[in-house]
Formats: sequence, structure tokens, C-alpha cells
Amino acid sequence: MRRKNPGDILWNVFSYSALALLACACLYPFIWVASASLSSPEEVISGRVVLWPRDFTLMTYQYVVGFGQLWVSYANTLFYVTVGTTLNVVLTMITAYPLSRTWFKARRVLTGFIVFTMLFSGGMIPTFLVVRSLGLLNTRWAMILPLAIGVWEVIMARAYLTANVPDELVEAAEIDGASDMQTFLRIVVPICGPIIAVITLFYAVWHWNDYITALIYLTDQSLYPLQVVLRNITTSGTAAMRMTTGATITERGLLGYTLKYAVIVMGTIPIMLVYPFVQQYFVKGTLLGSLKG
Amino acid sequence: MVLPAIAYYILFAYTPMAGLVIAFKRFNAYVGIWQSPWVGFLHFQRFFESIYFTRLVRNTFLLNLYNMAVGFPAPIILALMLNEIRCAWFKRIVQTITYLPYFVSTVVIAGIIINFLSPTGGVVNYLIQSAGGEPIEFLTLPQWFRHIYVWTDVWQYVGWGSIIYLAALTGIDPTLYESAEIDGAGRLAKMRYISIPGILPTVMVVLLLSLGNMLSVGFEKVYLLYNPNTYATADVISTYVYRTGLQGGQYDFGAAVGFFNSVVNLILLSTFNWVARRLGQESLW
Repeated sequence: MRRKNPGDILWNVFSYSALALLACACLYPFIWVASASLSSPEEVISGRVVLWPRDFTLMTYQYVVGFGQLWVSYANTLFYVTVGTTLNVVLTMITAYPLSRTWFKARRVLTGFIVFTMLFSGGMIPTFLVVRSLGLLNTRWAMILPLAIGVWEVIMARAYLTANVPDELVEAAEIDGASDMQTFLRIVVPICGPIIAVITLFYAVWHWNDYITALIYLTDQSLYPLQVVLRNITTSGTAAMRMTTGATITERGLLGYTLKYAVIVMGTIPIMLVYPFVQQYFVKGTLLGSLKG
Repeated sequence: MVLPAIAYYILFAYTPMAGLVIAFKRFNAYVGIWQSPWVGFLHFQRFFESIYFTRLVRNTFLLNLYNMAVGFPAPIILALMLNEIRCAWFKRIVQTITYLPYFVSTVVIAGIIINFLSPTGGVVNYLIQSAGGEPIEFLTLPQWFRHIYVWTDVWQYVGWGSIIYLAALTGIDPTLYESAEIDGAGRLAKMRYISIPGILPTVMVVLLLSLGNMLSVGFEKVYLLYNPNTYATADVISTYVYRTGLQGGQYDFGAAVGFFNSVVNLILLSTFNWVARRLGQESLW
């Protein structure tokens, strides 16, 4: 056992407190926002809300919940997340699979082809023009297709496949008479449970948080995802006004201060709830991708 | 089997690259890209000579430099510190909590920042006023932008960034530490001679990737935090492209600026990769 000398103890004190401080700093803003959303507007404006709710009230949430557009955008986001992620995962897997087979002749070229796009791209405007010329502007598909395959995810999937699905396995299946597709579906996919979980999570979180794509390609309000509505409410007073059409004038002015926080909570809760359970998958995935990629 | 993927990449990655040709033309929406007249480097010239050029390049570069100077060592330090922690549950809790901000959307983060720093009702100004000071309008004063941007970036990414270094640290042979212990090395000495050299390859790769992106500051966060008052320090190349090119409808000019950006990035990345190769370190290709 190590003898504790003064240097050690000093280090431990420093280390543990610095880390605890960091953890608190990471948590505090979220706790504050939640508290502010549950406090009365007067308390929030005066700034007296420092950590816990003051003058607890659910009034703010009443208005948030009653705000139609919020739910529309929630539904939109859910659509983009589910449909988008499914497409993402399917495409990623069928891209990564051939790239992991050592006998695939075009392997190097294609990998280079794909990785190159990480280093150089046409940029915002040419991509926008392509989307426009495909007639996708202002459609749901604009939120899904332009980002259908993420290079990083393909790399992660390929690393996993190379390590876990040896060529011999595939050959054995072929000898038994299975076609490409059958081999893929019946044998490869079941083995890939973990990596599929990981990339699903990566894509899902990405879609949930996506704001830029909507900003660039969508103008129809009914298609807006949650993040856009969030943005509008947290930065514009008029958006808050629209939310509170049932209240008195003074109330509306006051509510403007707390509505933002309530909406932020609404936008972040799903991630927060899911996060503790899936955190380990994210970590594993990143390691897979970066150490081997 | 790979067909859909190829189709995708051709469509969304390479066609836009071809579309870059618009940067060399005076775009006429009625005849389309290919029929529009060729103007060579006109747009590039315009960009280089514009009064904004120096400001944009400077802002993009400085923001990135600052971000790297602070944001690059931070996860490494965190990883080194976490590695020393013996108490398993403390370590896990800290890790879980520090990874959290990474998953929250930029929109929410910006929303939190804007409201925290607000001169009316923002927590930070409340604390300043309680201490007897005057409220500071953080988000409309150009001099604050970079600090706000960088330090909130550190806050958001330090946890997540430490993952890769922690992984590298666990890959170091424990017997090295043991023999160092026997030789009488203290904690800091062990870090200096074992831990840090042990993760150096990882550090180099991450460094390369970050350096290569020097001239491409993320669009989203700047866009969400800036406003006309802070353009002097906040406007970066990508936001300028968005404003003039997309919003302003000057597709040809915007494409030219974006192209400049991408090319410079590629050159930077290649240069640093070459340098790393020459120094015998890990490189990207």
C-alpha cells in the first residue's frame, strides 16, 4: 500500500475538489434553467433565482403545454429522428459492410472516396443549390437526405465489422448457398448488435439537435423541428407573446422571461432522460472509431 | 450492394463540389449554373479586396487559435486528473456529469448563454450587481465574444474530449508505472515521463485534425451567439457566406468564399500532416 505523504494528500484535495467543481459547473446551468421554469416570473426577473425555484408555480408550463406549435415541432422532430435515423443506420451498415471485406477490389478507392469528403466539401452554397435543384427545398426530406450517411459512423461500423465478422464466416455462408443479401441479413446484422446500437444513438442525437439543416432548407413553419422553435422562443420576445394569448398584458410581459426556460427544459428533457442509460454506448463507440479509424 | 452509398456520396458530396464552378461565374438564375458567363476569379478578387476580408480571416483564425489554446489542453488535463482518481464511483459520476453538456443541442446552449448573460434578469449580471458592480452587456460588446465562445466551448466539450485520452491512458503498460514507483518517482514525475509520452500519438492525431480545421469555425454556435453589434469580432467566414451568399442570394460570391475556405483548410491539413510525417510522429495519411 502506498504511504500517504503530504504531497499526495495535497494533490488529492486539489484533484477531488477541482473535479467536483467542474461537475457542479456542468450541472448548474441545467438545474438553474429547470428552477427558473418552475419559479414565478417576478422572482426570475429580479434575479433572485440562484439555484432552487422560488415561488413555485406551474403557470409557465401551462402556457407551454398549450402552445400548439411546440407540439407540431416536437412531432416533426420525432419524425426526423425516427425516419432519419433508420435510413442512416441502414445506409451506413450497407456501406460499411463491403468496405470491411478484404476481397472487395474497389475497397481502397471507395474508402478514400468517402473519407475525402471529410476533408473537402463543396460548401454551404453549392450543397444548397443541389438540394434545391432536386426539388427538396422546404420538404421533410431536406432534413433527412443531405445527411444520410456520416463518414465517422461508417468508419466506426467498418472497424467493428472488420474486427468481428471475419471473411471466413461470410465464406462459410456462401458455401452453404446464401446470397449476398441473405448473408448480410441473417449473419452479419445479428452480430452487429452493439455497433448498430452505437451508431443509432449517434445519429438520433444528431437529428434531435439539428438546427442548421432546418435553418438552411426550411421556410414552412409547419415543418420546423423543435430546435428552431426553441431558438425563436429563447431569443425573441414576440414568439413568447404568441404563446400567451390567454393572459393579461402584464402577465404576458412577465411570462416572456420564464417561457424560454420552460421550453428549453422541454427540448432537453428527452436527452437527459435517455442519457444515463446510453452513455456507455457512446463512449464505446467513440473509442472504436477513433482508435481504429 | 454499395450502390446506394455511392449514389449518396456522388449526389450530396461530389455534385456540390462540381457546383463550385459557380464560384467562377456570374450566376444568372434564369440560365442556370452551366450557362452562366464565366468570370474567372472575379468573385475571389472581390472577396480579397473587400473591407471585410481581413476582419473575417482574422476573426476565424483568432477564434480558432484561442479555442485551441484553451480547448485542446483541457481534455488532456482532465483525463490525466481523472486517471489518478482511485475512488471508482466518484470517477464515474464526474465522467457522466461532464459528458452531459456535449449532448445538449447548440441551440439550447446558446439559449442558456444568452439568458445567463442578459443585462436584465441574467444570473451573471445579478451576481455582479449584488457585488456592487454595473451590469455588463456581454453579448453586444465585441470584446467579450471570443471569451464567451471559447470558454463555453471548453465547458461543453472538455468531458467528451477526455474520453479518447482516458482510453489511451488505459492502454499504457502498468508495469511502467510500477518500475517508476520503485525508482522513487512521484506522481508528477510519472505523468511527465510515462503518461504524457504514452498518449502522445493520440494527442498528435487530435492536434492535426484541429489544426487542419483552423479556418473553418463552426457555423452554428457563432450564428446563434452573434448579432450585428459584435460582427467586428464575431463574424467568421462561414457566417459571412451564409449572410451574403444564402440570405443575400449572391450564390456565386458566397460559393467563392466558401471555396476559398475549403481549399485553405485542405492545404493546412495537408501541410500539418506532412510536417507530422517528417517529424516521425503519427499522421493522418
